[in-house]
Amino acid sequence: MSAERLLWYTAVMAGVTYLIRVLPLVLFRREIKSPFVKSFLYYIPYAVLGAMTIPAVFSATRSLVSACVGLAVAVIMAWHRKGLLPVAIAACAAVFVTEWLMRML
Amino acid sequence: MNAAERRQAFKTGFFDGLPIGLGYISVSFTFGMMAVEKGMPAWAAILISFTNLTSAGQFAGLDVIAASGSMIEMALVQLVINLRYALMSLSWSQRLGPEFNLIKRMIIAYADTDEVFAVSSARAVGGKRLRFIYMVGLMIMPVIGWTGGTVIGALASAILPDAVRSALGLAIYGMFIAIIVPPARDHRSVAVVVLSAVAASCLFHFAPVLKRLSTGFVIIICGIGASALGAWLFPVPEPDCKPPDLEERSAHEC
Repeated sequence: MSAERLLWYTAVMAGVTYLIRVLPLVLFRREIKSPFVKSFLYYIPYAVLGAMTIPAVFSATRSLVSACVGLAVAVIMAWHRKGLLPVAIAACAAVFVTEWLMRML
Repeated sequence: MNAAERRQAFKTGFFDGLPIGLGYISVSFTFGMMAVEKGMPAWAAILISFTNLTSAGQFAGLDVIAASGSMIEMALVQLVINLRYALMSLSWSQRLGPEFNLIKRMIIAYADTDEVFAVSSARAVGGKRLRFIYMVGLMIMPVIGWTGGTVIGALASAILPDAVRSALGLAIYGMFIAIIVPPARDHRSVAVVVLSAVAASCLFHFAPVLKRLSTGFVIIICGIGASALGAWLFPVPEPDCKPPDLEERSAHEC
């Protein structure tokens, strides 16, 4: 494939994606008054993250078992209000150790 | 904001972005590897990652390129898969500090990814507004991680051992959990919204026919559905629109 065509593809991808991201930010400068819309926007991050995490997390690692252990560790630590970085690191470490144990056994 | 506060806000942003960047490496690594396997030169894969900064859209774009699809098809695929970012930008537009002019809005728009949005949202509660300097700090590691991961994947897919890549795969999700679990523990409303979104997302993943929908679509539908349900069942009390515990938790950090 020619470099020119690849550059066109890249420009179309990046252009469309950027427009989607920038237009609401630039065009929407008023404060929203409707309680429904305000509540809706308040819940959006939680809903999106929930939908993105499950079930995708179960196929994020090499084995279902290690993903489950990592998820469990993350939930327990988050329940005790640990920060983002500690939870993320502990979850990764849990996956690493679990997969290592699985190979040993 | 004085200089010390600005430095602090920048640092907070930078460290919030660290787990995102780490998590991105494993995903963008895969993207770089796949792109090269499909016959794309490494520079193109790296350029796509740097300019797009999105996962699902890029993987779908790869398929369109491999099939020599038309530019219209490419534009439509990106529109559908990435439409969720419009929701997130809209939500951001309600939480920005007073310093956000056109240029600053255009800068943060570039880094509007699911993860950056989520983390910044967790900081903009309790009437707090997002600061530009915090956002700049927050953007750094995700951009480096995403682009850098693609570089590694495209140039030398054998560098990271499998076991490390597998473990890094959970970084992003660990972070998501850290964001949603504490407020869900404290507020039945948030718990209901999260659980309905999870239930809907599982339905779309496993049910026949429904599972053919693209990931981007599923996230849009689940996000809109569960949030609308929450807004209908539990309208957030005026005037502050945010639960008190988060306010307390983030007040001294950001």
